[in-house]
Amino acid sequence: MSEEAEGWTRNEMAARAAKELQDGFYVNLGIGIPTLVANYVPKDITVTLQSENGMLGIGPFPYPDEVDPDLINAGKQTISELPHSAYFDSAASFGMIRGGHIDLTVLGAMGVAENGDIANWMIPGKMIKGMGGAMDLVAGVKKIIVVMEHTSKNGDPKFIPSCTLPLTGRNVVDMVITDLAVFQRPDHDSPFKLVEMAPGVTAEEVAAKTTANYVS
Amino acid sequence: MKKIYPSAEAALEGVLKDGLLVASGGFGLCGIPERLLDAMRDSGVKDLTFASNNAGIDNEGIGKLLRTKQVKKMISSYVGENKEFERQYLAGELEVEFCPQGTLAERMRAGGAGIPGFYTKTGVGTQVAEGKEVKVFGGEEYILEEGIFADLSIIKAWKADETGNVVFRKTARNFNVPAATCGKVCVVEVEEIVPVGSLDPDAIHLPGVFVQRIVVGAPYDKKIEFTTTREREAV
Repeated sequence: MSEEAEGWTRNEMAARAAKELQDGFYVNLGIGIPTLVANYVPKDITVTLQSENGMLGIGPFPYPDEVDPDLINAGKQTISELPHSAYFDSAASFGMIRGGHIDLTVLGAMGVAENGDIANWMIPGKMIKGMGGAMDLVAGVKKIIVVMEHTSKNGDPKFIPSCTLPLTGRNVVDMVITDLAVFQRPDHDSPFKLVEMAPGVTAEEVAAKTTANYVS
Repeated sequence: MKKIYPSAEAALEGVLKDGLLVASGGFGLCGIPERLLDAMRDSGVKDLTFASNNAGIDNEGIGKLLRTKQVKKMISSYVGENKEFERQYLAGELEVEFCPQGTLAERMRAGGAGIPGFYTKTGVGTQVAEGKEVKVFGGEEYILEEGIFADLSIIKAWKADETGNVVFRKTARNFNVPAATCGKVCVVEVEEIVPVGSLDPDAIHLPGVFVQRIVVGAPYDKKIEFTTTREREAV
């Protein structure tokens, strides 16, 4: 048996997600790998990042002498502003999100089901921290991309027939990017299709590590 | 019409009692009403319910009142990074209603705008929808969420004029605006009170009609949860 390909790194997964960005997009990035997507925005397009705590136009981390406690992102990290930044309150922020004014969001997940359900906020029996803005994002943003490891730490598939963990949203995911492959569907009535694999990864390997049904 | 009070304690006089529903502004530790929370802790008022996006962290923000066991219930979207919260929650000493962040903001906004309920697609098909009315609009399901009508709003702002027109600074605005509008009494603490006429009327974030009491809360701690920086490029 041949040695298994290593698949994409976290940064490569973020770079793959960044390929979905289009000029003029307003985008909300979740915490973790999704945050890295900001590092791979193509130079020839303009993308405005939204932070659900009330900002459009997130700038880079500040210089040490420009740290401002009144200027943080949704992960509570200090950030900076850009010339076109705008601030607003939380109700207006989620009006943008729920109202379909944000073009794309990239989120992590514990599991995605073949029907587009996503679970990423709680594990029964463990301390619940809360869903934050995740349920609003998956309900309202135009395109939902999930970036996650293909399998859990103990090797269980995460792209599965139906979610076993409590849902964050029902039939909402448009694209799944894992360290091994990319699955996509054109609308919420269609099945996911395997559209891309990391270098060296075979369709057989993807199939062996996926329990969700998809079009190959 | 005198809205300015000499201290946070004075600004809360006559409005505090056990069992209040309090709407609090802030996101994490950004834009939280530090002095009003201190004064509430010192008053000893208890059995409080807080509608607040977060519950502070250990001994910061609402965490100060958790430590003294003055909080009965939290209505929040995210409560991580708080060991005492976790202990009380797991021990069954503290009730928590998890509410999606946007739904929480809208429940406050709705309460402040005289709207007792609204339909939203956030949470459809999840635990959040359990026990809630589902209604179909245009072929899609929505759930009924209720407005929050609080007894008291506690808010942190940047500047207020003497009539209570308020401006916030950067992302410290967050939940402060919706929380301010949904309380029977809204107490605002600010970094600075400025004379009437010195704020641009076109740039007021919270008009004075929503504000009953104002107090200067400076100097502020303004704790940062995660300081992240970049290197300055070599010249």
